[in-house]
Amino acid sequence: MIPAGFEYHRPADIASAIALLQQHGDEARVIAGGHSLIPMMKLRMADLSHLVDLQGISGLSGITIGEGSVSIGAMTTQNALITDAALAEAVPILREAALQIADPQVRYLGTVGGNVANGDPGNDMPGLMQCLDATYTLVGPDGERQVAARDFYEAAYFTAREDEEILTAITIPIPAAKGYAYVKQKRKIGDYATAAAAVLLGEGFASVAMTNLADTPVHSDAASAALAEGDVEGCVREALQAIDPQEDMRGPIAFKKHVAGVILRRAITKAQERAA
Amino acid sequence: MKDEITPEDRVANLKGMGSSRKRVEDVRFTQGKGNYVDDIKLDGMLFGDFVRSPYAHARVKSVNKEAALAVPGVLAVLTAEDLEPLGLHWMPTLAGDKQMVLADGKVLFQGQEVAYVVATDRYAAADGVEAVVVEYEELPVVVDPFKALEPDAPILREDIKDRTEGAHGPVRHNNHIFTWEQGDKDATEAALAEADVVAEEMIYYHRTHPCPLETCGCVASMDKVTGKLTLWGTFQAPHAIRTVVSLISGIAEHNIRVISPDIGGGFGNKVGAYAGYVCSVVASIVTGKPVKWVEDRMENLMSTAFARDYWMKGRIAATKEGKITGLWCHTTADHGGFDACADPTKFPAGFMNICTGSYDIPTAYLAVDGVYTNKAPGGVAYRCSFRVTEAAYFIERMIEVLAIKLNMDAAELRRINFIRKDQFPYQSALGWEYDSGDYHTAWEKALDAVGYDALRAEQAQRLEDFKAGKTRKLIGIGLTHFTEIVGAGPVKNCDILGLGMFDSCEIRIHPTGSAIARLGTISQGQGHATTFAQIIASEIGLPADDITLEEGDTDTAPYGLGTYGSRSTPVAGAATAMAARKIRAKAQMIAAYLLEVHDDDVEWDVDRFAVKGAPERFKTMKEIAFAAYNQAIPGLEPGLEAVSYYDPPNMTYPFGAYICVMEIDVDTGETEVRSFYALDDCGTRINPMIIDGQIHGGATEGYAIAMGQEIAYDEMGNNKSATLMDFFLPTAWETPTYTTDFTVTPSPHHPIGAKGVGESPNVGSVPCFSNAVHDAFRPFGLVQSHMPHDHWRIWKIARDLGLHG
Repeated sequence: MIPAGFEYHRPADIASAIALLQQHGDEARVIAGGHSLIPMMKLRMADLSHLVDLQGISGLSGITIGEGSVSIGAMTTQNALITDAALAEAVPILREAALQIADPQVRYLGTVGGNVANGDPGNDMPGLMQCLDATYTLVGPDGERQVAARDFYEAAYFTAREDEEILTAITIPIPAAKGYAYVKQKRKIGDYATAAAAVLLGEGFASVAMTNLADTPVHSDAASAALAEGDVEGCVREALQAIDPQEDMRGPIAFKKHVAGVILRRAITKAQERAA
Repeated sequence: MKDEITPEDRVANLKGMGSSRKRVEDVRFTQGKGNYVDDIKLDGMLFGDFVRSPYAHARVKSVNKEAALAVPGVLAVLTAEDLEPLGLHWMPTLAGDKQMVLADGKVLFQGQEVAYVVATDRYAAADGVEAVVVEYEELPVVVDPFKALEPDAPILREDIKDRTEGAHGPVRHNNHIFTWEQGDKDATEAALAEADVVAEEMIYYHRTHPCPLETCGCVASMDKVTGKLTLWGTFQAPHAIRTVVSLISGIAEHNIRVISPDIGGGFGNKVGAYAGYVCSVVASIVTGKPVKWVEDRMENLMSTAFARDYWMKGRIAATKEGKITGLWCHTTADHGGFDACADPTKFPAGFMNICTGSYDIPTAYLAVDGVYTNKAPGGVAYRCSFRVTEAAYFIERMIEVLAIKLNMDAAELRRINFIRKDQFPYQSALGWEYDSGDYHTAWEKALDAVGYDALRAEQAQRLEDFKAGKTRKLIGIGLTHFTEIVGAGPVKNCDILGLGMFDSCEIRIHPTGSAIARLGTISQGQGHATTFAQIIASEIGLPADDITLEEGDTDTAPYGLGTYGSRSTPVAGAATAMAARKIRAKAQMIAAYLLEVHDDDVEWDVDRFAVKGAPERFKTMKEIAFAAYNQAIPGLEPGLEAVSYYDPPNMTYPFGAYICVMEIDVDTGETEVRSFYALDDCGTRINPMIIDGQIHGGATEGYAIAMGQEIAYDEMGNNKSATLMDFFLPTAWETPTYTTDFTVTPSPHHPIGAKGVGESPNVGSVPCFSNAVHDAFRPFGLVQSHMPHDHWRIWKIARDLGLHG
């Protein structure tokens, strides 16, 4: 659990950070809260020579509630998501999910940007962002572009982000739907989900996504459409079609598929109660 | 002279036995001022780190050090070849086997030590490890102990192949370590044949790991000028380590000083000797500099001593009324690649022969076969006394299995089979003499406390609701009545590597009436500095707050066998009382002289000797201490100190009654412990608050073990649970709430009647949690399902019983 040597950089602005990424290519990585990257470095599973710390760059954190949407800076901590009253009012599912991430110590340092950008299928925020139809702002040498969360994840740890790009912000449309729930089964505090489901539910509208049940988060249009029509069984059936869980210490595939259905149903019930 | 304070106040001021005195250790621990091995920093200190095998079974073709030696800061890379001329490439285990210090031609488990890199800083050592190139040739892997005994199984231990005799008698296969038999086989088989009812079941107690908060480590410092080796380490038995280091290194014992500083939990994990200690000592001798080695969490979970891994096939015979007539057990014990169990020499399966439990079972037979597999070595007593947890789990499951067979309430079945109070001292069918007990009283108290009948009624209602589709949750009621055997032990039958398992205490009273006491044990969180001072306080009438306790430095503490197996209070605690009584005996003579009466004319009264019939004429212990040093007393040497080496006449037999109520979600396999009641009888209670703390801690470990904690391997021998993501350690969130209670049945042979308590909650809670899970599914036909009862395994029980529709 001792990392290999690396150069530490602390640029003062995004342009300098991107220049470092351009200079060092795939030997460089940006670090936000570090709660995924540092353990990987300690295990020597992440082999990199240059660490570009984003903490010195101003303007990367903060929550802005706008007209119809919320903007969250990439360096905003999970804890800030939990403690922001206006955000809890506008997008309550964010707080509900953030409270189920890891433990308080991790949430004080872990950032929402790091959580969504890392591409770890175990992370809770990517599925939630797909459910919310969020958009990520990526800044690179050629300027800024927007990528939908639903288009961002390609495989475990592989995303639409280019090596020289930095994810700087997340934009979330404020849901009109009153029903919401993030339900997660885990073995203990600090664990990734055995199965987790994010559900938004409103008048003639629904959005359903699931976490840690495939090598990417799973948002299912078919499941969402079925639920929008009030077809709970159809929704669950479609969602289970879309997932592809793997066996691990949490249990075999048949178990995961079964609890995925149970957890999704529970999330739907909770969302229905809140929508009513 | 008139005393102003009342006798009650004088007792209270001592904070002696029975007082919930606050832990004196916590002043430093809660301020982050503890001094652990990794806190030790010496001038010029070097750092060691291991190259470990990624394979569970492989030949080591070559080890290339070149690139590692080129890493800046790397000074040396040790391999078995380097240690061989010193005879240190293998080391003896505590179980009569030997174990490779560094891979000698092959590796037998994933994570085994292959090379030891020494560098000027910790980072350079890790870089050096990365740079060592090892060429392996994979060999067939055996992780199943039953397959290991098949005729064509691969030979794991080529160093001892084709032997017919092992350390514990004949062996019948290259992967067979020993067969240990106890009891009367023929009589037991006859009892089984003649019984109205026989229940038979395989009970598996899975492999787990003590996983102390602080991992294992040491700092070795060879002073080439004085020729003296100082070894700081996470040792549960510092004196035994000193003797072992002397025996295997050839360094004279007086030139070795072993120091156990503060230890962050041991639970059996820190009893044995590890390759890191040997390599660090060698590296310090070679370089002349101190060398520190501290393993990380993955190394701790992958390579240091595991616990359990017992496959226990049981048969239990009874009359149709439920009176047990015989118990039969055959255990297949998976010991991993080397037999490194920490058991008394004559007990290769520890005290597994306590497996008749709390019950009056007239005839019994136990056989244990030890087996080599491609897993890490160990088999230590994880917060238990030498396989007592396995024994307790076995019998408490077998009782439940028999209750199912008899269609009887398991509480009632226990009640009719308990050893009665009037049967103590009780001779068990497997050879033990239980010292004291009152099981019926404890059992009734426990059942009353939880409202057992009402709980069963609620459970029955829940079952009806479940069947009617009104709920998806079942209630399980877990019952356990356990009996431990702790306090090893009488030197006549208990030794480790020939070292008798007595223990010791030395007490020095200072002239002003304070004291220092030193013991052969070592606290790893048990609070010895608090509780042993309380024993002394009550015995000699000096306030516990005025008594310093020291352990763990072999240059100053008297020789003892250390702390594990709940032996500190039964053995060292007894030595403490005996040493204190020697002091009191001398104090009596001094008091009599000062009071100008005959020795027999004074009597002890809390903190003083008073003239019989004239309580106003007295000398306090404080006054006596001053006189002991400063007044010439005819016929008496000056000073006031004593040492006692205590060889216990018998073990002690703590017991307890635990009841758990658990809610079980049949769809997700999630569980919630609604209540957990723990009644413990540890004899005389020294510090009730510390006892409660022990119960909470041990029951939480038991909860972890029963409900999720395991060391799991795949078919290739890869350890699948080497991080705390997958190895379950409960946080405050998962930890149940406990209700503690007690009865007091003192040990008749212990000077203060204390029996030890540290391990009771681990021994008793594991079957209790497990029985709760089983009990919930009993109405649907579940008889046995192996631990750990994590979500998916509980889900599987429900699925296999058709409860998912």
